Amino acid sequence: MKITVNANSHEISAVTLSAALSELGINSPTIATAVNGSFVPRSERIDMALKDGDRLEVLSPMQGG
Amino acid sequence: MLIYGVKITSRLLLGTAQYPSPAILMDAIRTSRSEIVTVSLRRETADGSGAGFFDMLRQTGCRILPNTAGCHTAEEAVTTAHMARELFATDWIKLEVIGHSDTLQPDVFALVQAARVLSDDGFKVFPYTTDDLIVGERLIEAGCEVLMPWGAPIGSAQGLRNPDALRAMRAHFPDTPLIVDAGIGRPSHAVQAMELGMDAVLLNTAVAKARDPKGMAGAMAMAIQAGRAGFVADPIEPRDMAVPSTPILGLAELS
Repeated sequence: MKITVNANSHEISAVTLSAALSELGINSPTIATAVNGSFVPRSERIDMALKDGDRLEVLSPMQGG
Repeated sequence: MLIYGVKITSRLLLGTAQYPSPAILMDAIRTSRSEIVTVSLRRETADGSGAGFFDMLRQTGCRILPNTAGCHTAEEAVTTAHMARELFATDWIKLEVIGHSDTLQPDVFALVQAARVLSDDGFKVFPYTTDDLIVGERLIEAGCEVLMPWGAPIGSAQGLRNPDALRAMRAHFPDTPLIVDAGIGRPSHAVQAMELGMDAVLLNTAVAKARDPKGMAGAMAMAIQAGRAGFVADPIEPRDMAVPSTPILGLAELS
C-alpha cells in the first residue's frame, strides 16, 4: 500500500506501524509517531494497523526556542 | 522560584536554536547557568541527528522544556505535546499556538483550549501568551501555574513593547510565576523585565545570533541577576525636580 511518511510517498508491504518503521529503516529509539494527525504511543505501534493513504509523521528532537 | 513545585534557581531560560555550532550552544548553556533549556520536534532526518542532539543536551543536566512551536491549531499543539512527552520523558510543555505567520503572535483562544486539554491530561503547561490579563486568568483557570507573556514578537529583539501591561500583570497575578518570553534583544531589555518584577526571562535569538553567543549568554545572566536584585531592593520613584543628595544642614556660608 501507499502511505506518506514525513510528506514523502512510500510503497510498503508492512501492515502495522512498527513493521512499517522497520521496513523504512527507521530504527532510532528517539522518535515519536503520529498517524493522520493523531499521536501513536510507542507501546501501541505494534498493534497500529495502517491502511492505504495514511499519513505518518515521525518526529525527533530538534533545536528550539 | 517554584514552578510546578520544582525549585528553580536560575531565572534565565535559554532556547537552543540558531547557534553557529553545537559546541557554541553548549558553551552558551554553561555560561548562562540556565537550568531549563527549550527544545522542539521536527521530522526525523536520514542522518538521525535528533538523537545526538538530545544526548548532548542531557549532558548539561538542564531540565528540558519542549515546545509546540509552529503549531497553528489547538489540535496540532496537543498532538505535538503528546509526542514531546514521550520523546523527552517530561510532562513540561511550552505551549505555543501561533495565530499569524508574520507576527507569530499567539492565538489566545486556541491557546486556552489546548492548555485546558493538556492540563487535564497531566501536562505542566508553560503557555506563550500575550500580556492580556483576562487571557491570563483563563489560562490559570485552565490549569496553568505559570504564564509566559511576550515582550515583543518572537525574534524581533525589540525589547518590552508594553512595559505597563507587564507591570499590570505583575500586580494582577502576584503569586503566579511570570516569565517574559520573546522579544528580548539586549541585556538592558532583560534588566527592565526583571525590574518590573518578572520572575524570569526566556530568550534564544538574542544569544544565539549575537556575534559572541557565549559572551552574550554571560551578559544576559548578569543582567537578569542585576534586574532581579534591583526589583527586590525596591527602587526609588522618579521625581520631576532635583533633590539634593548631600545634606543642606550644616552648609557653610562662604559668600
